[in-house]
Amino acid sequence: MAENKIAIVSKGLFKENPVFILMLGLCPTLGVTTQVINALGMGVGVIFVLVFSNIFVSLLKNIIPPSVRIPSYIVIIAAFVTIVEMVMHAYAPSIYQSLGIFLPLIVVNCIILGRAEAFANKNTIVDSFLDAIGMGLGFTVAIILIALIREVFGSGTITLFAMGGFDGVIKIPLLYTYPVRIFTLAAGALLLMGYLKGFFEWFSKRKRG
Amino acid sequence: MMYIGLFITYIFINNFILTQFLGICPFIGVSKNSEAAIGMGMAVTFVMGIASLITYLVYHLLLLPLNLTYLQTLSFILVIASLVQFVEMVIQKNSPSLYQALGIFLPLITTNCAVLGIALINITSGYNLMQSFVAGVAAGLGFTLALVLMSNIRERLDLHPVRKAFRGVPIAFISGGLMALAFMAFDKSLLTNLLG
Repeated sequence: MAENKIAIVSKGLFKENPVFILMLGLCPTLGVTTQVINALGMGVGVIFVLVFSNIFVSLLKNIIPPSVRIPSYIVIIAAFVTIVEMVMHAYAPSIYQSLGIFLPLIVVNCIILGRAEAFANKNTIVDSFLDAIGMGLGFTVAIILIALIREVFGSGTITLFAMGGFDGVIKIPLLYTYPVRIFTLAAGALLLMGYLKGFFEWFSKRKRG
Repeated sequence: MMYIGLFITYIFINNFILTQFLGICPFIGVSKNSEAAIGMGMAVTFVMGIASLITYLVYHLLLLPLNLTYLQTLSFILVIASLVQFVEMVIQKNSPSLYQALGIFLPLITTNCAVLGIALINITSGYNLMQSFVAGVAAGLGFTLALVLMSNIRERLDLHPVRKAFRGVPIAFISGGLMALAFMAFDKSLLTNLLG
């Protein structure tokens, strides 16, 4: 039984990674990944919304009539997105600013509605919670990876939290003076995503033999 | 004059897919053949135009006077979801042929970031009713343009030898990236040159 639970979490990270395998939630994946800190903020927001919407959808699965389930899920999701918006506005205003329109757009992130429809309305609360954790972490890891590549090559920096004497920005010597600007632009994001997806496809085929 | 500027801005300069990253999911998902792309594009344009009008009215007549602006996200998505449902019913009743063409795309539109995106952009940019509508329709047309171009590229790509690992989605992203590079030619100076 315990192995089963671990499998629920780990499938979101690797086998069914929402970004690289299922190709869900692509708008924020490309839109907010110009800085690592933004990707981190987005990831945390998505994990929060995903966990609570999965729990609530699983709780209410016997009460919601099937014919109106999608609007009901959207209302549940939108309520938690509003909470995330308010909390970020209050405690992390700079991330709130730079995420901009992509924060309310978590509502229409296909990952969340997709998991509610495909998993949470058929499974127990504990399983839905674990599924949300796995999928959320898979999404976060994927967008942080993309953000890391885009920021390192595109601006030559890695932006993290400002703590104590550290201002939160790591500068990479050569790339900071001669950045490859295309990575920060829309075109670079799409190209990078294509090559990464191609790489993962090649990699998984090779592993299978 | 201003409306023309807005129109050009949202079709070319701020093209939703190629510069703003809104509506990438259908861009990759529905761009396999050009007929479906046109259908999807038309349905999205239609819903975006009407959604811009209605969300503007909801925001300015309901949320602002009652001081409920924090309910923006929740109310907009509800408006869009019910609007899509309503449009689907009206088209089904009045124009079965149009329903045949657009029917399967309509449910997908609720979760299209571009629709909620334009509603939020209209509010943050402080557009008035007419400007919101023009921006909505133009953004929808820009979306259609990118989608149709992409579907034609992908139909051609099917006939070309592409490496196995890159077939399908990866090559679609790379073509999209190259298209975005081309769209970088459109910027603010285009607007000043055209309209003075």
